[in-house]
Amino acid sequence: MNLEELIVSSIRDSAAQVFSTMLGVEIDRGEVSVETGTPEQANDGIVSFIGVAGAWAGTGSLSCSPALACRICSHMLMMDASSVDEEVLDTVAELTNMIIGNVKTELEQYLGPLGLSIPTVIFGRNFRTKSVGNNKWTVVCFQWKDEHLLVKLCLSPTDRVAHGAGHVVGQSCALDVRTES
Amino acid sequence: MESDILVVDDSAAIRKILQRVLRQTGMAIRTIHEAGDGQEALAVLKAQKVTLVLSDINMPTMDGLQLLAAMKNSAEWRQIPVVMITTEGGETKVSEAVKLGAAGYVRKPFTADQIKEKLAGILELALPI
Repeated sequence: MNLEELIVSSIRDSAAQVFSTMLGVEIDRGEVSVETGTPEQANDGIVSFIGVAGAWAGTGSLSCSPALACRICSHMLMMDASSVDEEVLDTVAELTNMIIGNVKTELEQYLGPLGLSIPTVIFGRNFRTKSVGNNKWTVVCFQWKDEHLLVKLCLSPTDRVAHGAGHVVGQSCALDVRTES
Repeated sequence: MESDILVVDDSAAIRKILQRVLRQTGMAIRTIHEAGDGQEALAVLKAQKVTLVLSDINMPTMDGLQLLAAMKNSAEWRQIPVVMITTEGGETKVSEAVKLGAAGYVRKPFTADQIKEKLAGILELALPI
């Protein structure tokens, strides 16, 4: 399994577990894609970011429509959320923290210790986002009824590249970490 | 004997969920106090009687590990059990919390059963007979 496959598998498992445990719903898996450079299309809705740091560094992101964010909040907090307010944004931030946090834990076995920042949530229309540095994002789409949720992660090695898993000399590693496309 | 629990998390959503989940466990809980970070938690500890602290690790201003260290350095709060609740499943932060004296930890996402399982025994030991 290469790094990209591991990221996709971790995001799928983590999102499914978080939705099932915290919201009591099963979400459908959608397409996987790779996004490079700065997306030409502007964003509408809610985007949440969380920083990942360590021997590998990057950003995790979650994006969805305001309607889906309200539905997530309603299920998670067991209350009626009909418009995007602080509670809805807080819920999306926490969802990002849990999904990317669990992905981080899975990746640490292979990439060494990683840290997480506090999430940041953006809500608006016609805005663009850009991550300085690595611009290759692994994008995993999920679907809940008629709405889409995108979970993205970009990671690249820093100066302090460390292999997380210890191996006996001569033992082959299950993870082929490729840093070049 | 009823317990008084302090929930510490920078996410208001998680504090709300924990309020609900703790009530769902059926444990004898009198009060659930809330704090948004370690500093707020210390202020609550100064003003209120607390049986157990349930704290996130990653928080602004003063994180859960700093709160734990401050409590274990205080003669007044040293005996209050602290359970970490976190997405940090990796060895580093959890090991650090255990070294600092955490009574246990719960991974996010969590169920009411997992919270009950972790807290029941700890509360039994913490409450005076």
